[in-house]
Amino acid sequence: MTYTQADKNRLRWRSRRGLLELDLVFELFLEHDFDQLTPAELDVYQDLLMLPDIDLLELVDGKTDTTDDRLVPILTRLRHWQVAKKQ
Amino acid sequence: MANVAKRQFDAVIVGAGGAGMRAALQLSEAGLKTAVLSKVFPTRSHTVAAQGGISASLGNVQEDKWEWHMYDTVKGSDWLGDQDAIEFMCKTAPEAVIELEHFGMPFDRVESGRIYQRPFGGHTANFGEKPVQRACAAADRTGHALLHTLYQRNVRANTQFFVEWMALDLIRDADGDVVGVTALEMETGEVYVLHAKAVLFATGGAGRIYAASTNAFINTGDGLGMCARAGIPLEDMEFWQFHPTGVAGAGVLITEGVRGEGGILLNGNGERFMERYAPTLKDLAPRDFVSRCMALEVLEGRGAGKNKDHVLLKLDHLGPEVINHRLPSIREIAIKFAGVDPIKEPIPVIPTTHYQMGGIPTNYLGEVMVPKGDNPEVRVNGFYAAGECACASVHGANRLGTNSLLDLVVFGKSAGDSMIDFIKRERPVHKPLPENAADYSLSRIARLENQTGGEEVNDVRSAMQKTIQLRAGVFRNSENMALGVKEIAEVAERAKRTQIKDKSKVWNTARIEALELDNLIEAAVATMIAADARKESRGAHSHDDFQKRDDDNWMKHSLFFNHDRHLDYKPVHTKPLTVDYIPPKERTF
Repeated sequence: MTYTQADKNRLRWRSRRGLLELDLVFELFLEHDFDQLTPAELDVYQDLLMLPDIDLLELVDGKTDTTDDRLVPILTRLRHWQVAKKQ
Repeated sequence: MANVAKRQFDAVIVGAGGAGMRAALQLSEAGLKTAVLSKVFPTRSHTVAAQGGISASLGNVQEDKWEWHMYDTVKGSDWLGDQDAIEFMCKTAPEAVIELEHFGMPFDRVESGRIYQRPFGGHTANFGEKPVQRACAAADRTGHALLHTLYQRNVRANTQFFVEWMALDLIRDADGDVVGVTALEMETGEVYVLHAKAVLFATGGAGRIYAASTNAFINTGDGLGMCARAGIPLEDMEFWQFHPTGVAGAGVLITEGVRGEGGILLNGNGERFMERYAPTLKDLAPRDFVSRCMALEVLEGRGAGKNKDHVLLKLDHLGPEVINHRLPSIREIAIKFAGVDPIKEPIPVIPTTHYQMGGIPTNYLGEVMVPKGDNPEVRVNGFYAAGECACASVHGANRLGTNSLLDLVVFGKSAGDSMIDFIKRERPVHKPLPENAADYSLSRIARLENQTGGEEVNDVRSAMQKTIQLRAGVFRNSENMALGVKEIAEVAERAKRTQIKDKSKVWNTARIEALELDNLIEAAVATMIAADARKESRGAHSHDDFQKRDDDNWMKHSLFFNHDRHLDYKPVHTKPLTVDYIPPKERTF
C-alpha cells in the first residue's frame, strides 16, 4: 500500500509499547531509520508491530529467530539500535 | 455542545491493563454495557512488564497464612498503609489467584500439579520470622500471561474496547458527581463525550516524571492529570519506589526474583554488603531498604565500576542451568543492556524509579474518596479507581514485590463489583451531562493549536524529568527539595505554553505527547510539593534531615490539591476489618 503522513504517524504511535526495553530500541529506530523505509518495508514493519510485546522483544533480542524472511531486514535494523551500543 | 459526538455506556473504564480489564470483566459479565479506552492495544499495557509474580498465601510450597501476608504488607508499607484495605487484599489473594488459574492463566506448577511459589523480597512466615515462598508466577512473564488471559475473557464477555483512544478530562456535574469523560480518537483526531453511569480510572502510574525509570513511555499518569484538573486531590505522591536493581545507565529492570533465586549484591570491594544492613533477610530485605543501602555504598565510595557509581548483582554461583531455566529473560537483558553475561560476570545495577505508591484516593471498594467539610473521606459519586493510579492505600510508603499484580486483580474486581452495585441501586439511569461538557477539553486543544512563541514539548519534559530525578530521588534533604519546589513550579509554567508544529488532526503524535505532558506535570508538581513537606523518613521517602519515622506527627496520608497547590492530610486507617490492629514498630530486617 501507499503511506500518507498520517499512516506513517500511526505506525510511529504503534511503536509505543508496554515494555521500556522495546521503547528504547524503537525510539532510536524511529529517529534514524523509519523515514527511509520503502512502502514495502513499511508493510513489513506494520506486521511486525502486530506481535505481542514479549514475542517482539525476543525477536529484537535475537533470542528467537523468525521463519518469516520478510521480517529479517527490519529486525536487523532494530537489533542495531541496542541501547548498549548507543552508550 | 455542537460538533462533539456523544456515546453512552453503563460503565466507562480508562486504561486496559490488569486492573482495568479485571474490572471490565466483572461489569461485562454482569450484563452492563462497558467501554474500555486504551492509548495502546490492551495487551501492550505496561502490566506486561511485571515479571516477578503475584503473591497469595496459598501455602503450596511452605506453610503460609494471609495474616502473615498482611503483617508483611503493613510492615512493608512502613505503617502508612490502610489496614482495612491491606486485610481485604491479603485475605482475598488466594481466591483471586485461583480465579486466574480457572480463567486459564498458565502458572508454573510443582510436581503435584499445584501452583509453584517462589520467595520474594519482604515476604515472611510467622510475622517476620523467616522468608516464605509466596509468589505465584508464569515463568518470568506473569504480567504478559495475566493481560492475555483477561483480554480473552473480556472479548468473550463482549467488553467494547476503544483502542488508540486517549481520555482527556473527567466530566463532573454541578453536584461534583462524575458522569463521564472526554476522549480523543487518535485515528480521526475527533473529541468525543463518553457519557457513563460510572467511570473507573485504571491508567497506571506516572513513572515517566523521572529521568531514570523502568516505566514504558506510555506511563504518563493520565488519570492523575485528569483528576488534578477536575479538583480531585492526589494522595501520598511523595512515595515512589526505587527498584534496587535497574541496569545502570539504561533503567531496564532486573526482577527481584533474581535475588529470590539466590542472586546477591556486592559492592566495589566485592563485599556482600546487605549482610551488614539486614542480617536476617540480607538481599531479600524490602526494596526501599535495599535501594538505600545500595545508594549508601555508592555515596560512601564503595561503588563499583570506573566511576564507582553502581553496585553489582552476582548470579554466576547459581550455575548456567538455574540461570537459563528459571531466569531466562534476565540473562538476555544483562547481555543486551549491560553488555555482560551473568553466567560469567555480575550485572551493574542501581536504584531506578519503578512504582508509584500514591495516586487517586480510594477505599478498598475502589470508590474515590475526597475530603468534604470535616469528613476526610466522602465518596465521589460515580467515580472509581484501581491499580497503580489508585491509592487504596495498600502499599503505604513502600510496596512489597508481587503485591502490585495482586492489587490489580483484587481491587479491579472489587471496584467492578462496587460499580455494578452503584449502577443498580443508585444510578439506574444516566445522570444528565452538564452543559458544554466538552468545552474544557476543547479549550485545551485549541490552546495547543494556537500557541505561538511557546516551548517545545521535549524540552519541557526533559526539564521536568531532570528536576524530579535530582530533587526527589532516593536521597532527599530540605535544601534540595526546597530548590525542587521552586524549579518544578517554573517548569510547570513552561508547560502551559507548549507548542506543536504539526497541526494535523489524524494520528498527530506530537499533539498526544503534548497532552501527556499536561498530565505528567501535575504528577511531578504533586510529588515535589508533597515530598518537600514531609519532615520524616518513612518507606521510600528517605529524608536526610529527618532520618527517623515520626508516627506522632506524620502517620498520615498527604492530599495534594492542584488548584492552589496546597496540601491537606488525613488519618491512616488503623482499624482492620476483622483482625487486631498491627501497631507500628521500627522496621528492621
